[in-house]
This record gives sequence, structure tokens and C-alpha cells, in this order.
Amino acid sequence: MPPSSWNILDFEKPIAELDEQIAEIKRLTAERGEDRSEDIAILEADRDRLIEEVFSNLTAWDKTLLARHPKRPYTFDYVRTIFDDYTELFGDRLFADDHAMVGGIATLDGRQVMFVGQQKGRDLKDRQYRNFGSARPEGYRKALRLMKLAAKFKRPIISFVDTPAADVSVGAEERGISEAIARNMMEMSTLGAPVIVVVIGEGGSGGAIGIAVGDRILMMENAIYSVIPPEGCAAIIWRDPTKGKEAAEALKLTADEALNLGIIDEVIREPLGGAHRNVELAARNMKAEIVKNLDELEKLTIPKLLDKRYKKFRSMGAFEEAE
Amino acid sequence: MTPAPWFGRKAKAARKTARQSVDALPDGLWTKCPQCGEILFNKELEKNLRVCNKCAHHYKLGARERINITVDDGTFEEINSNILPADPLGFPDYDKQLAKFRERSGEREAIVTGIGEIGGITAMIGVCDFNFWGGSMSGAFGEKVVRAIETAIQKKLPVVMFIASGGIRVNEGLPGLMQMAKTSAACAKLHEAKLPYIVVLTDPSMAGVLASFGSLGDFIISEPGLLTGLTADRVAQQAQVIHVPDNFRRAEFALEHGMIDRIVTRRELKSTLIKLLQFCCEGEDKDAA
Repeated sequence: MPPSSWNILDFEKPIAELDEQIAEIKRLTAERGEDRSEDIAILEADRDRLIEEVFSNLTAWDKTLLARHPKRPYTFDYVRTIFDDYTELFGDRLFADDHAMVGGIATLDGRQVMFVGQQKGRDLKDRQYRNFGSARPEGYRKALRLMKLAAKFKRPIISFVDTPAADVSVGAEERGISEAIARNMMEMSTLGAPVIVVVIGEGGSGGAIGIAVGDRILMMENAIYSVIPPEGCAAIIWRDPTKGKEAAEALKLTADEALNLGIIDEVIREPLGGAHRNVELAARNMKAEIVKNLDELEKLTIPKLLDKRYKKFRSMGAFEEAE
Repeated sequence: MTPAPWFGRKAKAARKTARQSVDALPDGLWTKCPQCGEILFNKELEKNLRVCNKCAHHYKLGARERINITVDDGTFEEINSNILPADPLGFPDYDKQLAKFRERSGEREAIVTGIGEIGGITAMIGVCDFNFWGGSMSGAFGEKVVRAIETAIQKKLPVVMFIASGGIRVNEGLPGLMQMAKTSAACAKLHEAKLPYIVVLTDPSMAGVLASFGSLGDFIISEPGLLTGLTADRVAQQAQVIHVPDNFRRAEFALEHGMIDRIVTRRELKSTLIKLLQFCCEGEDKDAA
């Protein structure tokens, strides 16, 4: 096990120190059978105030770090809470099963839905197994296969985005990663079923948008969604990968900015201190938003739904129309 | 005389001297081939469609040059040239960059769209210009692609897109990224309308443009030797890609792995396009009742 300090971001350190103190007092008083609950309550209130203070002043770079937080809930952490039942399905029927892209049939609030999403790994072995959340062509093709099944059987689709980027290995290029992403976007634009996308952590460029064309795009409060990782942007624009902080700011990659830009439909609020401090609550918030949006979408006929979906993406982006 | 060394410090010095002597040549008369080093007389190079006559290196072409050698004389009519880039994020130095690339390329955006005839067949044509901001896809670029496709559907025209792009204009951030979805959704409409869509990859065909409308053609043909793949090398280095085959992310690699229909030299490009267009456009329509 790595030291626990690896799992704490710099701006979380004062919070973690208070957390430790509180835990220590709780342990000691429990041992001695004393009641110090009033003191503990005061400390806890202090800590919550501190969290609020720290988290109301987060920069785009801080949020980038939060979105990549080693303790951040990943796809399956949410799946467990949100769905009453989940049966995983594997493979693209062409080449392989991609462990970075998962999916299957699930029950959401009494409905049958198709779920797809990127899965990251927690420890080193698991991270390698999940290819660090970077899906290969077979992952995108597996997701498309499952989504087309959903449309065929008139089931809504829930898609979770959490990837640093699509896989860029030699094998991924050999098997047409660009084609896989392009085809997914094209096919998703005409899938005859409601599609809800949730960016839960990292929305990494083409890797993200390859499963992110839908009727509603939701985003967790501390998730990021970007055309390029800030470090990569800094490398390309300023030839200096250490300027990630400036690039994160300039890229406007936070959930609130994405909402302002009209790219996403809703920001799902996270528990105080970020989703990793209370995964249950984060998942409950997310579930409520998904169900609410699904209720709205299911009122529409499929032609109406597709027309709106086309217009939604048709209207994205900025340009000027000169005389 | 001892033969010139192939490697080592002396060889490096000799190459450097050669390079300097070429650089010292008067401007506008000669060009040195970046691939084989051959000194090419500019007029000859132009006559050869800007392909090196020694090693067949295909030079990059600007959008207008490409239109000139592809579209039948006097038939090209540009559309939507009034769609101009806006800076959706207020990105540092956006305007400065824009001015620089406008001056460099003489274009107002990284793609030119219009209607013209290729071998007498009227088509909707889009041509990226790499000289303008690396042919990057912006909101205006995406809008021009989508309008071209929508007009093609309306007028029942085949679509030919020439790709020459490094990907999305990262200075446009998330709204820029969304052009991938926007153009891909338009391609779905084009295919629904059963209209032909031909993609021509030219150097370079990369990233977000390749991974959207650049990969969705009925036919995808490519000029030889060009760079094509999801990431540029500088990004790949960051992601620590270690071992790479010699022709990695080249047209020949894409052909070997089944990603493109054909590699076509610039000399044969127009006649190939005409063949494909004739195949698509002159079939007997037996769908009608």
C-alpha cells in the first residue's frame, strides 16, 4: 500500500489533519468510555467550515486534480448504488473485450436500461487491467454494440464518461481508433432511444466524446471535460508542459464553465469536499438527476427526440456570420 | 578523393554545409525537397503538381491550389466564406494568432467550401488549408462543414472532403471538441440521404478531424506518405508511447491495416475521383415505384 498521503491533494491537507484529529479523539474517548461528543461536534463544524472555504475557492487546476483524485469514485462505485441490478456484457464481437470500457443491462428505478462507461482501476494492477481508463477501438465498438441493442429493444441508454483520453498505442491505431470514435458519434446521433451522458470524472477529448453524444449531458460538479489535457495544451501552445495550471484556466474545462458555454445541460452537485468524501450521497444525487431527465425524455416520441438531439449538437460552437 | 562519410561528425558537418548552401540560393527559384534533399526548380515542381520528381514526396497544398488542380476550370463557386471564427473562450492571444494565420495563408478560415464540377459531375467540395492554423477545426470550420453537407442534401449533390488538419483548434476548448459530434451527426444525415461521400486524406490528416467526418466517407482515399492518426507525435510522447513501427501513422500504415480504400498519387487523384463519382452518381435508380 502506498502511504495514505499519496491520496491527499495539497489543498486537502489541512482538512485531512482535522479529520485525523477527530478520528483520534473519537478513538481515545471510545477506549476510555468518556463522552466528548460536544468537543467533537465543534471540531467537526470547524472542519466543515474549512472544507467550505477551501472548496469555494477551487481553481480549474484544483478541479483537474480532483477529477483525477486517486480516491475519486469510478464508474462501478456509482453503478453499485444507482442500479438495483447490473448484468455485465462483454466484447465487441470483432476483436476483443476492452476492460477500459464496461457495459451491461441494468435496472434503474424500476426501468430496464443499457449502461456503458469507462472504468479506471484503483491499484496499480487494476489500473493496468483497465488500461488507465483509456478505451481501445474494441471498447468503443463494444459500447456501440450495446447501445444499438438498447435502441433495438427500446431501452434508454446511460453512458458514464471517465477517461484521460482514448488509447493511443500502436495497436489502437492499427485497429482504427479514429474510425471507432467517429462511427460512435455518427451512430449515437441517430440511436432511437433516449441517451443520458454523465461525465463523472475526466472527460478527455475524443476519448470522451466517443460515448458522449446524447439527449442530456450531465456533469459531476468536480469533473472536467476538455478538448485536451491541460498539460498537453500547455505543451502544444506554450511548448511547456509544466504550465498546466494556466492552461486549465484558459481551457474552461470545469462543469460550471461547460454549463455556461451551453455544452452540458446540468451540473450534479457533489457532497461537501468532493464525491470521494461521501460516495453514497454523490451517487444518490446523480441517480435523482438521471431519473428526472429520463422521465422528461421518455415523454418525447423517437422522431422528436432525434430531431432535438441533432439540433442540440448542430448549435454547438461559436462562429461569426459576416455580411 | 575519399568518399563522403555516411555518419559521424564529418557527415553531419557536410550535411550542414549542403543545407546552408541551399538556404543561400536566391528565393523563389529553387526548392529543396524536405524528404530526399534534391534541389528542385520551382517551375518544374509546379508542373509536377508539387510532387518531387526524384522521391515522389507530395508537398502540402493550400486550399486554392488544391481546388485549382482538382475542380474543372472556372466551375468552383465558394459558399459560406462569410462564416468566420469567433473566440468562444476568450483564449490568450486568439486574435493575434488569427491575424498571423490569415496573413500566412490568405484564407479567413481553415476550410474552404463550395460547389464545383469534377469531370463534369457537380459536387459539394470542402478543402482544408493546413497553412491556416494547422487546418484546425474551429466552430466556424465545423459550421462550414455542416452547412456544406446540409446544402448537398438539399441539392442532392455528392460530397468530397479534402482533409489537411492537425485536429481540433484547442484554443476553442470544449465548443471546439463538440465540432466532432456536430460534423459526425451531419454525416449521418448525408448517409441517410444515400448521397455519396468521398474523403481524400492529404498531409496531415490527424486527430479530431480524422476521428469525425474524416473517417466517415463511403470511400476514403489518401495521398502517399502522409501523416494520419489520432494523436500527433508530441502528444504521444507525453503519453509515453515507446515502440513504434517505421511507417507508424503514415498512409501506408493505414492502408496495411485496412483503414483506407486506396493510396492514390496526386497525378492520379482527379481521375480516381471521377471514377468514384461516376460509380456513385450514374447508377440506375430502380428504387422508384
